[in-house]
Amino acid sequence: MSELSMFDVLGPNMIGPSSSHTAGACRIGKVGNKMCKGDISHVRFLLHGSFSQTYKGHGTDRALVGGILGFDPDDERIVESFAIAKALGIKFEFLKADLGDVHSNTVKIEIQKSSGEIVEVMGSSIGGGNIVITRINGLDLEFTGEYFTLVVPHMDRPGIVTKVTAALAKHEINIAFMKVYRHNRGKEAFMIIESDNVVDQLTMDEIRSLDGVVNTYSINLK
Amino acid sequence: MSFNSGKEIIELCHNENKKIYELMIEREIALLDTTEEEIRAHMAISLEIMKKAIADSITEDITSISGLIGGDAKKVYQNESIKGGSICGPMMKKAIAYSMGVLEVNASMGKIVAAPTAGSSGIIPGTLIALQEEYDLPDTAIINAMISASAIGLVVSKNATVAGAEGGCQAETGTAAAMAAGAIVEMMGGTVEQSFHAASTSLKNILGLVCDPIAGLVEAPCEKRNAIGASNALISSEMALCGVESIIPFDEVVGAMYKIGRALPFELKETALGGLADTETGRRIKKEIQSK
Repeated sequence: MSELSMFDVLGPNMIGPSSSHTAGACRIGKVGNKMCKGDISHVRFLLHGSFSQTYKGHGTDRALVGGILGFDPDDERIVESFAIAKALGIKFEFLKADLGDVHSNTVKIEIQKSSGEIVEVMGSSIGGGNIVITRINGLDLEFTGEYFTLVVPHMDRPGIVTKVTAALAKHEINIAFMKVYRHNRGKEAFMIIESDNVVDQLTMDEIRSLDGVVNTYSINLK
Repeated sequence: MSFNSGKEIIELCHNENKKIYELMIEREIALLDTTEEEIRAHMAISLEIMKKAIADSITEDITSISGLIGGDAKKVYQNESIKGGSICGPMMKKAIAYSMGVLEVNASMGKIVAAPTAGSSGIIPGTLIALQEEYDLPDTAIINAMISASAIGLVVSKNATVAGAEGGCQAETGTAAAMAAGAIVEMMGGTVEQSFHAASTSLKNILGLVCDPIAGLVEAPCEKRNAIGASNALISSEMALCGVESIIPFDEVVGAMYKIGRALPFELKETALGGLADTETGRRIKKEIQSK
């Protein structure tokens, strides 16, 4: 974890009642929103451990739906998130699940896009509103959203990492941390790039157009 | 600018002839490439959130998500049945009502500032706003106090924990009270040593306090423990401003708190498996809430 700011200690500003069960849940939901670029027709939230036991009393359900709608943890619309989602025609359901040997506050979000494609995001709320994303589309990985995060699904072949980092360098984006994950050799893989500054649309588009890059997702959590 | 302990803050304040909040602002600027204006503007937003939560809680009818708490802050604030309006005096009465009120707003999915946590979010606004009204203090003074409070909370976060799941309620409402007490002493003209005597005293006063929320919710006994936390901060500040010292220095109190927190069984650290949560009534309420 990076050095704490005064606003990490006296903060975050948030909708109550719980930094882990409400604010953290909202942030995991927001990662879901970013990973489907807001294109949602149906969402299933699989709640594990403490999330499954106390989600109603902590407003975890409303916070998750608020996050899926792209709200930040201090957005007062979280309270009305069910009604807002329904008005947008988004279906959602909550299921209790055993997600295995994971943190007690873990949720797996299954998003069905309008095309029918399924996007899956799993994350844990680890305290104080902080989160860890642990799986995307069946691939185990790890990032916290503490930095501006760029998720780049790509084909696992030589030279792709260089091309992506060169594009970032050209636009003066400084990489703080970077990890590469893959299912199998030569198949789809993920780059997780954490940077100090936000990656603008122009840079995103340039990376997206690179041969071997499948998509780009920018995740900026408050 | 960097510091990791109360001792270092005291030394830096003396060597550089600065207040705690001035050190904390310098640290923030170095850390995040920001400016004092930006920091103050951000903190002013936090202060407005605190004030709005208090105002809502004493004027509106608030009920928590589970229905377990709500309306008690208003009861304390509006009560006139006690002769003279209060046993504790008008300022303490406000601090009690305000700190409870913020917790009620939090439990009803209203907006609050985690200070340092959501479960202890009533103590700093409750005490600072009550004092602001009592002494007609400008917002700048309250913002300075909030920044100094964050420096004290930072020391606890770095050397121990502020999470109930790790350290029990002592880590949450104890740290909030220590943050408030140290900041209040500075705001009311005390020395930096007195600030840390007040912070030490607040934390010492509730060492060992467990986190045993009914049905696992941030509602009860959290709300009343915020009222106690606010009183704790004010009592500790008053003692320190009168020259009463803590025999054990702040950093050692923080160390003791952390050791106690780790020694507490997990049933008493936010799991709702022990303490008040595991009483006959606590278990009944849990069953009722979960079957809703």
